[in-house]
Amino acid sequence: MTATIAPYRPPQQDGGDGFAPLLHAEWTKFRTLRGWVIAIVIAAAAIAVVGVLLPASGQSHCGSRSGAACLALVPTGPGGEAVNDSYYLAAQPLAGDGSITVRVTSLNGLISAGNGGFVGPNSPPPGTMRPGLVPWAKAGIIITGSTRPGSAYAAMMVTGSHGVRMQYDYTSDIAALPGPVSAASPRWLRLTRSGDVITGYDSADGRHWTEVAAVHLAGLAGTVRAGMFTTSPLDFTPNFPTYAEPGGSLSASVATGTFDDVDLRGGAPGGRWAGQNVGAIGANYAGPRIGLRQAGGRFTVTGSGDIGPVVAAGVNNIFITGTLADHLFGVFIGLLIMIVIAAMFITVEYRRGLIRTTLAASPRRGRLLAAKAVVIGLATFVLGSAAVAVAVIAGSRIAHDSGIYVLASGWPIEVRVILRTGAMLAVASVLALSIGAMLRRSVAAVAAVVVVIVLPYILGVSGVLPASASEWILRVTPAAGFAVEQSVPQYQQVVGHYGPPDYYPLAPWSGLAVLCVYAAVALGLAAWLLRRRDA
Amino acid sequence: MEATIEVTGLRKRFGSTLALDGMSFIVQPGQVTGFVGPNGAGKSTTMRVILGLDAPDQGSALISGQPYPRLRRPLSHIGATLDAAALQPGRTARNHLLWLAHSQGLSGRRVDEVIERAGLTSAARRKAGGFSLGMRQRLGIAAAMLGDPPVLMFDEPFNGMDPEGIVWMRGYLRYLAAEGRAVLVSSHLMSEMQDSADHLVVAGRGKVIADTSVAELIAAASGDRVTLRTGARPEAMTVLAHAGATVAATGRDTLAVTGLAAEQVVARLSESGVGFSEISAHRASLEEAYMELTRDAVEFRAQPAEEEVR
Repeated sequence: MTATIAPYRPPQQDGGDGFAPLLHAEWTKFRTLRGWVIAIVIAAAAIAVVGVLLPASGQSHCGSRSGAACLALVPTGPGGEAVNDSYYLAAQPLAGDGSITVRVTSLNGLISAGNGGFVGPNSPPPGTMRPGLVPWAKAGIIITGSTRPGSAYAAMMVTGSHGVRMQYDYTSDIAALPGPVSAASPRWLRLTRSGDVITGYDSADGRHWTEVAAVHLAGLAGTVRAGMFTTSPLDFTPNFPTYAEPGGSLSASVATGTFDDVDLRGGAPGGRWAGQNVGAIGANYAGPRIGLRQAGGRFTVTGSGDIGPVVAAGVNNIFITGTLADHLFGVFIGLLIMIVIAAMFITVEYRRGLIRTTLAASPRRGRLLAAKAVVIGLATFVLGSAAVAVAVIAGSRIAHDSGIYVLASGWPIEVRVILRTGAMLAVASVLALSIGAMLRRSVAAVAAVVVVIVLPYILGVSGVLPASASEWILRVTPAAGFAVEQSVPQYQQVVGHYGPPDYYPLAPWSGLAVLCVYAAVALGLAAWLLRRRDA
Repeated sequence: MEATIEVTGLRKRFGSTLALDGMSFIVQPGQVTGFVGPNGAGKSTTMRVILGLDAPDQGSALISGQPYPRLRRPLSHIGATLDAAALQPGRTARNHLLWLAHSQGLSGRRVDEVIERAGLTSAARRKAGGFSLGMRQRLGIAAAMLGDPPVLMFDEPFNGMDPEGIVWMRGYLRYLAAEGRAVLVSSHLMSEMQDSADHLVVAGRGKVIADTSVAELIAAASGDRVTLRTGARPEAMTVLAHAGATVAATGRDTLAVTGLAAEQVVARLSESGVGFSEISAHRASLEEAYMELTRDAVEFRAQPAEEEVR
C-alpha cells in the first residue's frame, strides 16, 4: 500500500569503523558516570595521602640530632649506597703496586648467650658468650683506600659457612674455594694491586693458585692500606618463620681469624702491623677480645661488625633506613577500589540491561572487551602512576628530611617504581574487568576479584602463614604483582629480613609478568564467553 | 540493497522451552509493520536475534541483506530500542546518547539533533534515573535515530507513554515510514496497531500465524456482515435473499446480512422500493481479529513445524 515510496537512503556519513570509536565510546561511558570518577580519584588520593603522611612523623629519627645530622652518620660506599663498614684491621701502608699473601688456619667465634641486642656499651660481659660462628663471619686480607668507613676496597676472606669469598666495594661477592677453614685444611689467600686493578687468588696448598677475579676499583689512592681483617655480624635467629614478622633474636658476636705465612710485597721495608678498629660497631664493643695479637709469625685478629651494603631490615643496620616501599602502603587501598570499579565497569551494564545497547552498537564483542580493557587500564595506569609518584617522591623527601636514610632513592629507581606500580594497578584492573565479564554480576565479581587478588596479598604479607606458604602465594597468585614495589636489591651475603613490604620472592618484572599471565588468560576466557553467550 | 528485515526459519530453544519455532517474516520499507502476539510468542527473542544479541539454533536474520554482526557502524543500518529501562541511572540523557554516538564515530552535534527531534531538549542534562517510562521511551527513540538508519525496530514503544506521547509516537512512526524507512514495532496494544501499523506480523508460540495488511486482516475477521434496521422486515429479507445474501432476523426490526456488501444492500433495497431506517457494515476490531487468530494458533501447532506463513 505504501510500496510506491522510495526506500529510504540515509545520507552518507563520515566516521570510521575502527577501534578508535569504540575506545572513545567506552571512555565517554567511564567519564560520564560521576560515581566512577569520584571513586577512582579517591583511590588515587588514598595512594598519595597514605604514602606521604603515614611514614612521615615530622620528627628526627636519631635522638636529638637534626635530620641532616642523622644522615651524615651513614657511611656510603663508592657507588653512593649506604654501607656497613666495621671490622678490625691489622695493616700496613702499601705505596703503588704490590701484593699481600697469607695463610688462614682458623676462624672461630663467640656469640652472646644473653639477650639479643646490638654490640655496644651495654653488651653482655664476655663471660656470658658461648662459642659459635655466625655464617657470614669473615677473616681475610684486604686492600682498602683508607680506614674511613665507605672507602673503596677489595678483600679475600674465609667465612663462617660460605667458604672462601672475594668481595669488593661492599655490594660485590664472588664465591671461591668451598668448605670451612681449619688447621688441617688451611686456606691461602692473595691480593695483588696493579694500578686500579686488584686481583684475588686462593689456594688450598700454597702452591697451586687460582685467580678468583680481577676487579677495577675506581679512583684508588696511590698509597693504600693492605692487611688482615676480621669481622662478625650479629647472630640472627628468627623466632617465627613467617614473612612479615621480623621477630627474632639478635645476639652480639665476635670472630677471631688466625693468620701466618704473611707476605707483604711492595710495602715499606721493616713495616709494622698496626691494629685498628674501623667503623662504629667495634668501637662501641666493650669486650676485651677485639684487637690484634701477634706471636712470632702468627697473627690473631678479632673483630665485630660487617662489611657490606645496608639492606632494608638488615639485622646489622645501626641507622634508621627506609625504602620507597615505605610510601606504598596506600597502593593496596587504591588497588582495592580500582579493581572494584574495573569489575563493575562491565557488570553494571548487565545489571541494567545496558549490555544489549552496548553490544548492538558494537557487535564485535572481542573488540568491545578490548576497548573496555584499554580504557580501564589506561585510566588506572595514569591515575595510579600519578598517585604513586606523589607518594614516592614527596614521601621519601619528607622521610629524608626527618633523618631517615632512604635506600636506593634517586630518579631512575623512583621512575621505575612509579611506572611499574602504575602498570600493576592497570593489569590488576584488567584482570578484574575480565572476571566481571565472566561472572556478569557485580556482587559475585567483586567477591571474586577480592578472593583472587586481595586475599592472596593479605595472606602473603600479613604473617599469618609460615614463610614458605607466604612465599609460595606471592610467587604463584596474582598478588605476585606487588613485587613491583621493590626498590632495593637483596644481597645474599647480608643477613636480613627479606620479606614484604621491601622484598618479595620474585623480581619486580617477574612478579608483574605473573599478574599479566593471569590477566591475559582471564581476558581471553572472558572474550570467548562474551562471544559465545547470548546477551 | 533495500532496507528490510528478513527473518527466515528462526529456531531457538532455551532449556526445555522452544522459544522460536520457525519464525519467518520480512519487514518492508515504507511502512510500519506491527509485530504482535501474546507473551511467550517469541517477539523479544526474535528481536534479540535480529540485533545479533542471541544466536539462533537455526535460521537467519538479515538487516538489508546482511547479518547483524557483519554490519559496520550498525546504528547507521538499524536503530532499535529493546528495553526502555536499560539505562545507567547516574548518567545524563545526553551523555547516554554521547557514548552511543561516539561508538559509531558520530559527534555531539548529532546527539543534540536527535534530542531535539525526540522532544527531550529540556531534560537532556538530567540523570536518566529520574526519567518517567515515557521519557525513557523518547530517549530510546532518540538513540535509535542517532545513525539515521533506514531500518528501525521498537519494542513496545507505547509503554508508559501519556496520551500526548502516544499521539506523538504514532505520528512519528508514520513519519518515519513515509520517509521510506522500514519500521518494525512490537506491541500488545492492538488498538495502537490499528491506528499505526500498515502491516501486521502476528506471532504465536514461536512462529508467525498471520502476515497480512491491517485492512485485510480486519476484513477477513469482519466477514462482510451488514446490520439493517427496517420496518419492512419480510420484504427486505426476500429482496436480499434473491440478491444472493444470507439473511437472518436478529430482532423485531433488525436483520443481519452476510454475503453482500453494504453498498449492494443499499442498491437492491432502493431498486425494490423497500425502506430502511439504518444500515451499518460491521467492522471487526483488530482486537477481535487478533483473538480469532490466536485461538486458531492451537490448530497451527498441530501442523508440521516447517510451515512458513507469508
